[in-house]
Amino acid sequence: MDAMAAIKQTFFQECEEQLAELEAGLLAIDNDAADPDTVNAVFRAVHSIKGGAGAFSLEALVAFAHVFETALDQLRTGTLSPTPEVLKVLLRAADLLADLVAAARDGGAVDAGRSDQLIAELDGLGGGAAAAAAPAAGGGGDMAGLVFQPVRVALDFGSDFGGEPEADAGPAERVFTIRFQPRPELYAKGNETALVLRELERLGRLAVACDLSGLPPLDELDPEGAYLAWTLELTTDKDEAAVREVFEFVEWDCDLAIEADGASAGAADIEALLAAVRAAADDPLLPELELPEPPLGERQAAAAAETAAAAPQSEAVAQPAKAAGRGDGGAPQTIRADLERVDRLIDLVGELVINQAMLSQRVLEAGHAPGSAVVIGLDELEQLTREIQDCVMAIRAQAVKSVFQRMPRLVREVAGLTGKQVRLITEGEGTEVDKTVIDRLTDPLTHMIRNAIDHGLEAPEARAAAGKPAEGLVRLSAMHRSGRIVIEVADDGAGINRAKVKALAASKGLIAADAALTDEEVDNLIFLPGFSTATEVSNISGRGVGMDVVKRSIQALGGRLSIASRPGKGSTFTLSLPLTLAVLDGMVVTVAGQTLVVPLTAIIETLQPKVADVHGLGGGARVIAVRDAFTPLVDIGRELGFRAAATDPLAAVAILVETEGGRRSALLVDTIQGQRQVVIKSLESNYGAVAGIAAATILGDGRVALILDVDAVIARAQADVATLDLVAAAG
Amino acid sequence: MTETARHDPLSRELIAFCIGAQEFCVDIMSVREIRGWTPATVLPKAPPFVRGVINLRGAVLPIVDLAARLGFAPPEPTVRHVIMVVQVDDRVVGLLVDAVSDILSVTDDAIQPTPDVASELARAFVRGVLAIEGRMISLIALDSVLPAFEPIAA
Repeated sequence: MDAMAAIKQTFFQECEEQLAELEAGLLAIDNDAADPDTVNAVFRAVHSIKGGAGAFSLEALVAFAHVFETALDQLRTGTLSPTPEVLKVLLRAADLLADLVAAARDGGAVDAGRSDQLIAELDGLGGGAAAAAAPAAGGGGDMAGLVFQPVRVALDFGSDFGGEPEADAGPAERVFTIRFQPRPELYAKGNETALVLRELERLGRLAVACDLSGLPPLDELDPEGAYLAWTLELTTDKDEAAVREVFEFVEWDCDLAIEADGASAGAADIEALLAAVRAAADDPLLPELELPEPPLGERQAAAAAETAAAAPQSEAVAQPAKAAGRGDGGAPQTIRADLERVDRLIDLVGELVINQAMLSQRVLEAGHAPGSAVVIGLDELEQLTREIQDCVMAIRAQAVKSVFQRMPRLVREVAGLTGKQVRLITEGEGTEVDKTVIDRLTDPLTHMIRNAIDHGLEAPEARAAAGKPAEGLVRLSAMHRSGRIVIEVADDGAGINRAKVKALAASKGLIAADAALTDEEVDNLIFLPGFSTATEVSNISGRGVGMDVVKRSIQALGGRLSIASRPGKGSTFTLSLPLTLAVLDGMVVTVAGQTLVVPLTAIIETLQPKVADVHGLGGGARVIAVRDAFTPLVDIGRELGFRAAATDPLAAVAILVETEGGRRSALLVDTIQGQRQVVIKSLESNYGAVAGIAAATILGDGRVALILDVDAVIARAQADVATLDLVAAAG
Repeated sequence: MTETARHDPLSRELIAFCIGAQEFCVDIMSVREIRGWTPATVLPKAPPFVRGVINLRGAVLPIVDLAARLGFAPPEPTVRHVIMVVQVDDRVVGLLVDAVSDILSVTDDAIQPTPDVASELARAFVRGVLAIEGRMISLIALDSVLPAFEPIAA
């Protein structure tokens, strides 16, 4: 039974992947970014889920997947065109399929009415063709519905050849007989007949025969002459113009005759092709010609024969063959590994790198010459260890895509509930972040996107009145910045209604009614506990769960959440999170005898302060003039409590940094040691969060160095000078 | 320390160590390893008894100066000092002590309650005392040695 449970678990894991591929594929089709492969991939995803579900007797899942598959099949064969209306139904069907999978896995149930309604809609799409297959919910009937498939699958092999659409989907194929005789000028102009033939092959199946009759004896042969002619038979669904286009650049330098033979039959085609291929392969005089390889043709013939002989089985046979055929174009293969093992590996490799660095140091100290065999061997070891480190780090990092791709569905649902039209744009999906961060991103992002649609975007009529397109825009983007991952959720809605926010906060006793707040402070009121801008409680943004919960959960991860809003233009929520385990480019500096790392991304420049540049501002605050702009000077040694006295700026180095808010400050450090890539190590796991410190790292000498949290240090330094607290303002 | 004592279900093994002239002990099961002193990286604004952090095979290990924590004069660490790496709940911490002196095998009933005369500091960190061959050895309550950390508001 355990083995069965394990297989079932694998099935559900695979379902997740198939569902993701299904949704991604449908969205690609929706955006007109689809090729025939996408449609096939979408079909295959549903088909695989159905097959697996059948093995586990998940009747409801099988029944729905079957109807869905039938509809997708029509899309695949071209009897159903991918209009936006059709895709809307298909996307909703994909959502329901995901729910059915989840229900099967967790033992829940999905509303049968919803399922029936979508089945009816899917049936409606195909004009009744699907209805015929619909009753086939059980195992036997189900298989009966599939018998017609082998014929089509066999023809799929045509796409291995030249990538033309499915034979039965496109227009009828025609055979063109092309007589092609290059003149010497063709070669003189740098053209190449092999390239032309290869281009032709892309249009369809090509049989090539070379006419050697014009070839003179060797002693009469002009090396720059042209003596060969080709007779080509091209079987394609393209028209003559497409064929002529191939010859566009050589047309004037050759004798060209193109004749259309009319429609052809598939089997005869293969025969002719095989004959031509064999003839060509037997001809030793034409070694350099680009020809379809005989094994391919034979495989095709063999597959066709097999289909004819064993029709009921060929479904199973053809699937893996197709999958193998698109091996390089499909998703990369993956394995699942225990996270703890990966973490252990990362720690060990980190140690290896440090150990190797120490060993190198010792070898140099022992007086080995730089060119000696020992030193060279150590250099190679260093390269290898670095490479291992890079590879191992890449294992744990994951693209935020896995979170982002859950959002289109959320947007559809919320849009449906609110009656708003929403378009979601995602950017920076490839931004990599540690797996632990990925896992904890979903909830805050879900809430922020719901919030953006529910509160941010206006209803279509209001948008029209404001002169905006009816369809609202929500932009979800991710990027790396200052050694953190920054995720933005931006909408093009009405922006924060500051008067309303202020009145509401006052009515709830969160601020004094006459409190004088800046726009920024008003915007930040929405993060206060117990605040909700919706006048009526909607079931989308949740009850009582406001942005304060989002903010707190992000802070618990060591992150920050901020908002920028412009009336009438929209709001942008910016969420920044540490990359708990990632490589960071840093500047290694010394402060009061301690080694610190400043994230390189925050640094604009470094400079040597001069007497005339540094000015006191009272209260111990100092500024430095950088090209006529006065920038606050932050004394790192004092700010972190490493020294009591103020650092002499003339004996120190100033590092000009930019905070996430875009403001500049100059950090005062004693010396700069250099730049290097460091591995971020958590301080929290064994100790706790330290104010002003983002994380720790281990340097080449094996000692721990602290990584500066530039924003936090500057914020603290500024808070020392002028306390600006919302709660204080509210008091 | 006889074979029979080790198999007694009520017996436990303790690692004894010194801080100055005092002897203390912790349960051997919570000790992961014992290593020599290496200079620690100072943490900003840390409590005085937190010496800093060191690299323990790739992990960042905080070092608690047990002498300072228990109210004794903090030592100037030398290579003779010892770091006991202990596991407390899911955290791993290094304790800076003068030297490890003994491994004791005792039964639970040999542990006497902490005498009332002791200071508040001692009562917080000492779970009980043992009388062994005329010496008094205090059993350290590891879970209260570490400072409690509160999340820092951004």
